[in-house]
Amino acid sequence: MSDVSSTLRTGPATGHWRTAAQQRRLRRRYAADRRMQILGLGAIGLAVALLGILFGSLVYSGYLAFAQTRVVLEFRIDPALVQPDRIQDGNFRSIIRQALFQQFPEVTSRRQQTELAKLLSPGAEWIVRDHVQANPELVGRTVNLLVPVADPYDQLSKGVIPRDVPESQRRLGDEAIGWLDSLDRRGLVRTTFAWELFLNADSRFPEMAGLAGAMTGSFLTLLVCLLLSIPLGIAAAVYLEEFAPKNRLTSLIEVNINNLAAVPSIVFGLLGLAVFLGFLGLPRSAPLVGGMVLSLITLPTIVIATRATLKAVPPSIREAALAIGASKHQVMMHHVLPMAMPGIMTATIIGLAHALGETAPLLLIGMNAFIPSVDSIGLLEPATALPMQIYSWADSPERGFVARTSAAILVLLGFLVAMNAVAIYLRQRFERTWS
Amino acid sequence: MVVTGAADEGSRMNEQVRTGDIAGAAVSALPRGAGPAVTAKVRARHVDVFYGDKQALKDVSVDIPARAVTAFIGPSGCGKSTFLRCINRMNDTIPTSRVSGQITIDGEDIYDPRLDVVQLRARVGMVFQKPNPFPKSIYENVAYGPRIHGLARNKPELDGIVMSSLEKAGLLKEVRDRLGDSGTSLSGGQQQRLCIARAIAVSPEVILMDEPCSALDPIATARIEELIDELRENYCIIMVTHSMQQAARVSQRTAFFHLGELIEQGDTTDIFTNPRNRQTQDYITGRYG
Repeated sequence: MSDVSSTLRTGPATGHWRTAAQQRRLRRRYAADRRMQILGLGAIGLAVALLGILFGSLVYSGYLAFAQTRVVLEFRIDPALVQPDRIQDGNFRSIIRQALFQQFPEVTSRRQQTELAKLLSPGAEWIVRDHVQANPELVGRTVNLLVPVADPYDQLSKGVIPRDVPESQRRLGDEAIGWLDSLDRRGLVRTTFAWELFLNADSRFPEMAGLAGAMTGSFLTLLVCLLLSIPLGIAAAVYLEEFAPKNRLTSLIEVNINNLAAVPSIVFGLLGLAVFLGFLGLPRSAPLVGGMVLSLITLPTIVIATRATLKAVPPSIREAALAIGASKHQVMMHHVLPMAMPGIMTATIIGLAHALGETAPLLLIGMNAFIPSVDSIGLLEPATALPMQIYSWADSPERGFVARTSAAILVLLGFLVAMNAVAIYLRQRFERTWS
Repeated sequence: MVVTGAADEGSRMNEQVRTGDIAGAAVSALPRGAGPAVTAKVRARHVDVFYGDKQALKDVSVDIPARAVTAFIGPSGCGKSTFLRCINRMNDTIPTSRVSGQITIDGEDIYDPRLDVVQLRARVGMVFQKPNPFPKSIYENVAYGPRIHGLARNKPELDGIVMSSLEKAGLLKEVRDRLGDSGTSLSGGQQQRLCIARAIAVSPEVILMDEPCSALDPIATARIEELIDELRENYCIIMVTHSMQQAARVSQRTAFFHLGELIEQGDTTDIFTNPRNRQTQDYITGRYG
């Protein structure tokens, strides 16, 4: 003991840590540390800023789609136009026009009336009809209903169409603006939450277009994808990881699974088109085929992630189970898989979130159908999906679709965030500690 | 890595054997006749173990008595754990491993291809170096073995097995009120006793212990040693230990391994007071290891 301490005191390195060269070296080391930190902070700052810009611009251009301008009108359900026993065949178009013309007795010419009728959304007709169908006693009476205005008036009310440019460069004439202002002065114009965005299916009219059809299509597609990729993915991973003999064939399969994860998704779309539609003759545009194609895309991810989680299960648990006389299959089913399950679930959810945003392969199998009603959607019926809906709205010329596109992107991002949150929750909730 | 190194040095040992070194003479030595007559429960003859091309164990022949504690001692990488894992065929799980020679339990060859390895492991329990309870409840940890082997016909019977196993492992008093708690919530020593309870729940004949106390503090170690001493009345216990004091305290028979070979075996008192082999003497007196 004394030997050691005396060496330390009298050894050749005495004072070594205080020399100028050593001080310089120290300063250089600190400077390098600082540079590293600044670089990392810069990278993170840039990423956060870009994300902020993305979200900011989406919210800025999309928030208007969550509001809808409506007017309260008094509709007289004329028994001459609507027979109580055949409400669905009633002439609601005339009822709407009458209710509107009643507010503007000064508008008499046919041309002006035609223009005035364009103030209300064509969807107003269906809203009144559905209301009367639900309440048949209204026939012969009057009812006050809130109906959406047509897209140009909606945009005017939201300030998207400017009032201070010459009439010739405006979507709406001075007369039309006067009508809306007149209704507004009488307190008949309201701006409310646009439930249509979530409850309606697609429509040619932006104020009536919603995401319900796309969300249903996406849900069915993901359901098929989930039902296919979970059992197939886990079975493949378990076999490869636990049972497969380690030979050239299995390593070839492993390499190819890793490669498949990097294949562009449009290639899977082509494969789906050729095999599922062309060879198997499955229906085009159907969620069933969409789910099958998406499961091709998620499978490699799930297989790779499942194998990683299986590998991470401590060998001591396998040994404990084996030593007590559990068979390989029992070790797997009773111990390893339950412990790996949170990881597998996380991987699956992240894979599904990836599949939810996938566009190109769905485009190839024609999953961009125009779906005006949620009722028509089935596993084998034509459908669309959220990203496809965004794509087709972005392609539409009406002003209202600009905001609706951004709103749809926000909804899609919302789903992705929710799915990832579930994945994180599962991981933290079920992650077990083991020795 | 350790195994590889041992096998390398082992082949050098082989040359020494051929040149007639004293170590070689002890290799094939069978149990000394001194002391009470030994009834061998586990009998090994000319066992060689290879991991790939490396020989980890060379020509080991040993008789292990029933109802006694046999300690395997020796420096790291000497093959004592390898030999232990041959007795319940845990080496089978390593794809490159190869075992030759003969190991019998009650005269039955355990490497017979017709023998079911799952049943063998039910007869030969094992306790590992690091406590490894399943991440399930204490009850489930013990009940798992009897359940997969169908040892209990109904729930009360299973409860009985769990209780008596915990009792025998000296754990029942501490966990009686919290059988539903996770096995991993116990302290290290309690976890190890839980692992012993789990092993004896399937009524094994032989219990293998691979350094069962090396991850425990001295108090927990003392409890496990007491437990082993009680258990030896009913079981054939084979334990690997790095602690020569532990071997001296707990075991009745001791076998000294070095570089993949069995150097010397005999009654513990003889080995520790009067080793016949120079290497054994050097090791137990702490000159190397």
